[in-house]
Amino acid sequence: MSRSRTTVGKQILNVIAAFGLIYLFVPIIFIVAFSFNNPRGRFNLVWQEFTFDNWLNPFADPGLTSAFLSSLRIAAISTLIATVLGSLMAIALSRYQFKGSNGFNFFLVLPLTAPEIVLGSSLATLFLGQNFVSFGTITIIIAHIMFQVSFVALTVRARIRGFDWTLEQAAQDLGASPARTFWKVTFPLILPGILAASLLAFALSIDDFIITFFNSGSVQTFPIYIYGASRVEISPQINVLASMVLFASVAILAIGTFAGKRKPQVHLRKTRRAVRA
Amino acid sequence: MADRVGLAALLIAALCLVAIGSQWFDGPLNSLVVLILLLTLAGVGVLAWRGGPEARRLLAPYGLLKPGMLWLGLFFLAPLYSLLRISLSTKPSRFSVEYDFSWAFENYTTAFSEFGAQFQRAFTYAAVATVLTILIGYPLAYVIAFRGGKYKNILLGLVVIPFFTSYLIRTIAWSTILSDRGVVVSALDAIGLVPLLEVMQIMDNGRLLNTPAAVIGGLTYNFLPFMLLPIYVSLEKIDVNLMNAANDLYSSNTAAFRKVIFPLSMPGVFAGTLLTFIPAAGDFVNAQFLGNPQTTMIGNSIQDQFLRQNNYPLASAMAAVLMVSIAALVILYTRFFGTEDLA
Repeated sequence: MSRSRTTVGKQILNVIAAFGLIYLFVPIIFIVAFSFNNPRGRFNLVWQEFTFDNWLNPFADPGLTSAFLSSLRIAAISTLIATVLGSLMAIALSRYQFKGSNGFNFFLVLPLTAPEIVLGSSLATLFLGQNFVSFGTITIIIAHIMFQVSFVALTVRARIRGFDWTLEQAAQDLGASPARTFWKVTFPLILPGILAASLLAFALSIDDFIITFFNSGSVQTFPIYIYGASRVEISPQINVLASMVLFASVAILAIGTFAGKRKPQVHLRKTRRAVRA
Repeated sequence: MADRVGLAALLIAALCLVAIGSQWFDGPLNSLVVLILLLTLAGVGVLAWRGGPEARRLLAPYGLLKPGMLWLGLFFLAPLYSLLRISLSTKPSRFSVEYDFSWAFENYTTAFSEFGAQFQRAFTYAAVATVLTILIGYPLAYVIAFRGGKYKNILLGLVVIPFFTSYLIRTIAWSTILSDRGVVVSALDAIGLVPLLEVMQIMDNGRLLNTPAAVIGGLTYNFLPFMLLPIYVSLEKIDVNLMNAANDLYSSNTAAFRKVIFPLSMPGVFAGTLLTFIPAAGDFVNAQFLGNPQTTMIGNSIQDQFLRQNNYPLASAMAAVLMVSIAALVILYTRFFGTEDLA
């Protein structure tokens, strides 16, 4: 009696979970499917007929293409700077015990817990009251670094939490200079965490809409172009580029999982080689 | 000793940047602040250079923190100050770029009297969406964590993949899916569920798009991973043996869940609630694409006043109220349900 009730309960839970997964995929299937649509008129919203044309001409919409490129450019620059700043902070917070570290840890969480609209509008008020920079690519990059720094610092800190810092001591005891120790021992070991954090930060930058919207001036990023265009025209190229980003991310994710699984073997092989030599 | 100097130098430098960025002073006083900033940085540099290895070791963490902290001081703290300042200013005329600081609290009274409904909707929609993300996210996280087996990582990947497409595109896709002649409405019409949903006030005049339900549905969808992933992380940490132990002690599965699993997963639910509620309360994209003029949230009003009406003082006052009320809710919530390991 009790056993059959549990199996029924288990099944119900599985069904709920399956529905949850389907719910997550409904708009995605829709987006990918409509990248193969041949719409009549300017809005790619009603299914007409199947075509490969959009995928053969993914850059047929010049405004969209230039917005996409400027998004990539902004994300590359801001991610690079934010990764350096954030990783340094993460190393400081996990490597050392020092006065005020609790305060800094708490402060780092704040930008991530403030609503985006507050971050975006307050940064815009800062730029309004001065004549050094005008709204445009630079203000967007500044804004993106602002929210990426905290994110990178917290992610890298979490990834290197279990790092064995006595390795540095060992290297220095063997006569390595602090700089050499860092580049030869510490950096290679924390690099995977830094790379993972920077990939996520890159994705955050590409997709950010609300904060960018307040600080973009007349510059169009990918999300801002889509926002503006959605009133006048929704071209199928939007779906094509979105699907491309999706497939590229899935590929990166898959490679990451695959590479992560292979790693222990590589280590083992290296160690063996070292022992033999 | 050196660590105190390092901490003080970092705080002084950050304070100087906040002062410069938000223009506390003007004229010669501002140059003085710049001078203090440069002297502080140079001072620490000299101390690190001349102080020997021990001083360098003590100064190192502050040096590593400095670039990032100064960036956050200038572009996160200073903006909050200038937001508050503009929220208390008045504009001489609608089209002027200048505004005068004058303790203009009427911006706040206007924010409450004219946009009270938007504030209320923002918090209600965000709260309902947060509850829905728990109801959908928890079972899914539970099944992945405890029944995923060797497919665990693939299932987790499947959960994350939809969020690699742009936020705006996903929301626009929902507006097409829910549209009047779209798939969902036709299907509901065919099964004859429309009258029932209208009684439940989910549909309105046979429409699903441009209803409060559509806005809440969009919020739920877009913030689901922020709930699901923290819950998954805390469920994943639970030792399966605890469940077996509870069963061995003749606890039913339901009781074991209620007394063992659920309490242990509370940190995840807690973190997920904050990560979902806060951005949802400030969102304006879902209300814009899935709602109607009667479902606008405070984010829509801030965006409209700031970017379209150029009424910066009023928009800033609304943003300040949003920020302070969310902070108050978070503090209250943390006091009642708080767990230690949030960050």
